Amino acid sequence: MRTIFGILAGTATAVALSLAGVTGATAADPLTINGAGATFPYPLYSKWFYEYSNANPDVRFNYQSIGSGGGIKQITAGTVNFGATDAPMTEEEMKKTSGPILHIPTALGAVVPVYNLDGVANGLKLTPDVLAGIYLGKITRWNDPKIAELNKTVTMPNADIVVAHRSDGSGTTDIFTNYLTSVNTEWRAKVGRGKAVNWPVGIGGKGNEGVAGVVKQTPGAIGYVELAYAKQNKMNVASLRNKEGHFVAPTLEATSAAAAGVAKTMPADFRVSLVDAPGKESWPISGLTWILVYKDQKDEARGKAMVRFLKWAVTDGQKMETALDYAPLPKAVVEKVDKALKQISFKGKSLY
Amino acid sequence: MAAQSGKNSRDLAFEKASAFFAFVVLFLALLLFAVLLRESIPALRKFGAAFLVTGTWDPVLEKFGALPFIYGTLVSSFLAILIAVPLSVGAAIFINEFAPPWLKAPVSLLAELLAAIPSVIYGLWGIFVLVPILRDGLMKPLTKYLGWIPLFKGPVYGPSMLAAGVLLSIMIIPFILSVSREVLATVPQRQKEAVLSLGGTRWEMIRIVIGQHCLPGIFGATILGLGRALGETMAVTMVIGNRPEIFASLFQQGYSMAAVIANEFAEAGGLQLSSLILIGLLLMLVTLVVNLAAKGILSKMVARASRGI
Repeated sequence: MRTIFGILAGTATAVALSLAGVTGATAADPLTINGAGATFPYPLYSKWFYEYSNANPDVRFNYQSIGSGGGIKQITAGTVNFGATDAPMTEEEMKKTSGPILHIPTALGAVVPVYNLDGVANGLKLTPDVLAGIYLGKITRWNDPKIAELNKTVTMPNADIVVAHRSDGSGTTDIFTNYLTSVNTEWRAKVGRGKAVNWPVGIGGKGNEGVAGVVKQTPGAIGYVELAYAKQNKMNVASLRNKEGHFVAPTLEATSAAAAGVAKTMPADFRVSLVDAPGKESWPISGLTWILVYKDQKDEARGKAMVRFLKWAVTDGQKMETALDYAPLPKAVVEKVDKALKQISFKGKSLY
Repeated sequence: MAAQSGKNSRDLAFEKASAFFAFVVLFLALLLFAVLLRESIPALRKFGAAFLVTGTWDPVLEKFGALPFIYGTLVSSFLAILIAVPLSVGAAIFINEFAPPWLKAPVSLLAELLAAIPSVIYGLWGIFVLVPILRDGLMKPLTKYLGWIPLFKGPVYGPSMLAAGVLLSIMIIPFILSVSREVLATVPQRQKEAVLSLGGTRWEMIRIVIGQHCLPGIFGATILGLGRALGETMAVTMVIGNRPEIFASLFQQGYSMAAVIANEFAEAGGLQLSSLILIGLLLMLVTLVVNLAAKGILSKMVARASRGI
């Protein structure tokens, strides 16, 4: 009898305590902010969340890198506090959200052509039309005169060009095809821009790793991957002639230069493409990556925490980018972002 | 009397419970089919039956057709069966009839371990080991000397229908092998002895007795392997080249239904998503048709075999 009473009392106490714990969130409990979206900035955001939570233990982040499309879907559905995307939302997509959404740029990425060609070192020179010609299947051999005339100091081998592209839908493809669409009328007419397109030629690899794998394993292959990927895997990258007629190698500086080139004409909503950007040192296939947040926050505490984090991300957070092979936002853009953050409000009052 | 009625009610309860479980399974299958059908209605409405014979897959222009994927799935799977069945049945006969006892266990264990390897690992092995070997050791020489045959036409890059077929065949060997071994073991010893005692050679014994007795079972094993090959996703997408186009040559790239769904589903929306789900529905139907056809052939074989013996 006594033991049964003891067990009952103990259970009741435990239940009461746990209920108290569940219903009363004490001030010491960290606030959890959920986000989902692009895979490209995931390594950077992971580092940011870790560093920020260490400095601010009252906030914790949870990010699922399910892809840009997933990020847009989830923020539209309201299941996350913020989304992340490499491709800006279209007008149609923005109509489906429950309120105005802000695109906050956080970092820059570059898409670079990588190749695997015996006897040809890093730095093969290509022009937009040649790159488009290769991907259209019109230029099929490496010693084609159009390539040879750009690289007179190199003996181009008489080998097939094996084209590699992404088989999955991705922001990287969107940036790459956006570039080809902007610089080549035939590409614009035949293929166009998209996260997934009807590739005229080529082998499809899944993910950056798939394309890198095809390029590394196939002699004579050319593909496109994120700059970070090319750097970390020590792949040979091609230099491209940019809008100003200057051959530029894909570096973080060249990427930031592209954003600086566009900074003056950057629209207030930051939904801009960086491809074929003006500027002598600009890398022509650059892109922004954005965090998506609602202008009118539903939760004051979380909204305030988001604004504080974003402020940190575009200032202190930028210092961590080059170490992870991301290009930081130029100062002119950071100033504009700071102003935009003031728009995030709760019940009309700015949370900045 | 009381004990008897207790037993009956327990029997009844068991019968009802197992019937319930059977219906749950049936219900789940129908639910799966219904959801696939519902989500593919936009694509069905836009393309209709033309979806089955259209070769374009264009997410920008929103024109979709399943033909290259159906072709790729069927060709890679049948190629896999073509390679795997002789290998598996031969191996099964060896293990059961010829292998010395100390060899039986390790060989059969290793063969069955092949089934435990995850699909993605097969894909990685395919990219880094199988494709280069096939490309340099088989495809390039064949193209050089026999390239005039459409089946072997170049250019050879590596990822190809052949690579997918070979990789799939390795993946389905354990299934066909283990079922074949079981079937071979059911052959009555006295029938084997009867042939041998009449002066038949070992080979004749295998051909006559096992061939006649086991054919339905081996056919069933083949269908099991085919089913696995039709649905295989990750390994195929890593070595087939992911090109939605139909080529006569086995050395060219291809695409399969499961692979395109795995690749494009995450970022797809609207009509593209609906088309992908329609492809999923078609895959389900292809598997169903293959299995039904197999059942038909199987019952005929069983009837013939039972008449023969």
